[in-house]
Amino acid sequence: MYQEIILDHYRNPHGRGLRDPFEAEVHHVNPTCGDEVTVRVHLSGGEGRDAKVEDLSYDALGCSISQAATSVAHDLLVGHTVGEAFDTLDAYQAMVQGRGKVEPDEDVLDDAVAFAGVAAYPARVKCALLGWLAFKDAVAQAQAGGSS
Amino acid sequence: MTAIAPSTTGATLDVAKIRADFPILSRTVRDGKPLVYLDSGATSQRPRQVLDTERHFLETSNAAVHRGAHALAEEATDAYESARERIAAFVGADVGEIVFTKNATEGINLVAYAMGNASVGERVDPAAERFRLGPGDEIVTTEMEHHANLVPWQELCRRTGATLRWFSVTRDGRLDLDSDEARTVINERTKVVAFTHQSNVLGTVPPVSELVRRAREVGAYTVLDACQSVPHAPVDLHALGVDFASFSGHKMLGPSGIGVLYGRAELLEALPPFLTGGSMIELVRMEGSTYAPPPARFEAGVPMTSQAIGLGAAVDYLSAIGMDAVKAHEQSLTEAALVKLQDLPGVTIIGPRTTEARGGAVAFEIEGIHPHDASQVLDDSGIAVRVGHHCAWPLHRAFGVQSSIRASFHVYNTMEEVDTLVAGVRRAQEFFGTVQP
Repeated sequence: MYQEIILDHYRNPHGRGLRDPFEAEVHHVNPTCGDEVTVRVHLSGGEGRDAKVEDLSYDALGCSISQAATSVAHDLLVGHTVGEAFDTLDAYQAMVQGRGKVEPDEDVLDDAVAFAGVAAYPARVKCALLGWLAFKDAVAQAQAGGSS
Repeated sequence: MTAIAPSTTGATLDVAKIRADFPILSRTVRDGKPLVYLDSGATSQRPRQVLDTERHFLETSNAAVHRGAHALAEEATDAYESARERIAAFVGADVGEIVFTKNATEGINLVAYAMGNASVGERVDPAAERFRLGPGDEIVTTEMEHHANLVPWQELCRRTGATLRWFSVTRDGRLDLDSDEARTVINERTKVVAFTHQSNVLGTVPPVSELVRRAREVGAYTVLDACQSVPHAPVDLHALGVDFASFSGHKMLGPSGIGVLYGRAELLEALPPFLTGGSMIELVRMEGSTYAPPPARFEAGVPMTSQAIGLGAAVDYLSAIGMDAVKAHEQSLTEAALVKLQDLPGVTIIGPRTTEARGGAVAFEIEGIHPHDASQVLDDSGIAVRVGHHCAWPLHRAFGVQSSIRASFHVYNTMEEVDTLVAGVRRAQEFFGTVQP
């Protein structure tokens, strides 16, 4: 499960730290282990799926899987539209929750395919999803805030 | 006396013979690794004797207890009540003081809700007035409690307006009972003092007699979480002098879905019910009902029959080994684990560093490695330990750690397994590069 890519991201996380500007900030906790992540998103232009993810900044406390997964999310989601980011997220979620039965698409998931091994350890799936689902929540809040 | 009766010196047991009784211990995990099960603090494994007793009951005598007059109903009721008698004897209680619950959590909630029922609403039984709580009253607990002995009291405070207070934990994993601040925690406003008999994280055994003394001095009721003591050492509840105590079957080689609430006879007699319905009534009319004497008053509905009978078999099994021998065995494993883990660079024990007033839960941190990651490496070697906050989040916060690794022992664990654990921790350190191979 501990692919070199995961350990690299764990030791040298990409995009770590909370930055301005941002439209929404969320705090997610994994209550079974106490891992925590705070995620901020900064979106620009467009509505809904057309908006662009300008930044995903975060501060996290947790295991190598949750830390590295959030770092990879930063790499894969920033610079894309919300629609593209959500498609990537869906593919990632399907892979880690797939119990090893979902063949990951390397073109979509890039470095995130390293987390395919997590699917064999159901107890760790939450770790791999913590930062990603926090991002999804933050986008939803940012867009709800923007439209109201 | 101290919290747990002293063990007889020289008490020994035959681990190999005991292990043969536990079918699950012979399986392998993760590509053929022998299972090293060090998570009995979460749930213990069950010997054939317990499994066979449950199956035999279900194949020969299964029926709803305390209803019906047919042959099976009679046999089932006898088996159920016989289990209650043996469990009562096992913990030094009278048979009428033993209430079957779903687990220890339900036992503690039963007391908290029953006290709540004595505190709110109309037509409270005058006998139950003694349990009434309201604004100005205080409930005391400790920072080392499992959530099961904390959250029910927070909720009872919320419902009644009482105030929650607590004893803090010292850096060496003991209760602070003697600082100026601690001296006032139990006072004339205190109505309940709820505390653990053995911390499920630190292993610490608090001074029960001192806490009981302080509670009695102010007329407060004591509630003991005995989940981590009854399975591992001789416990005499009458000698301890606590008012209520709760423990779970699945942590003492018995089935899940069965637990025990102990209450002093005089108190159970006065305590209003928690769950109501069938079995627990005396007389039911449309205008209102009266309730059966304890323990039936607290066992509404058809109970967990085969589980209670299985717990009776678990108590027989432990009694045959002898709880002094169980305690001595686990003490030697704990001592070895403490010494060998502390020998590793970067490993810090959370809790007392010696076996004095301490049981067999060994929690630790490994510098630079998140507990989840460490447990993954251990798991790949077939070692089952618990990671996380072990349902004791405030305790972890007090120690400034987010989570920890916990190894916990039972009668079937061996010295070799302690060595396997230590080697596994070492391997995790090498894998994550926090020490050189």
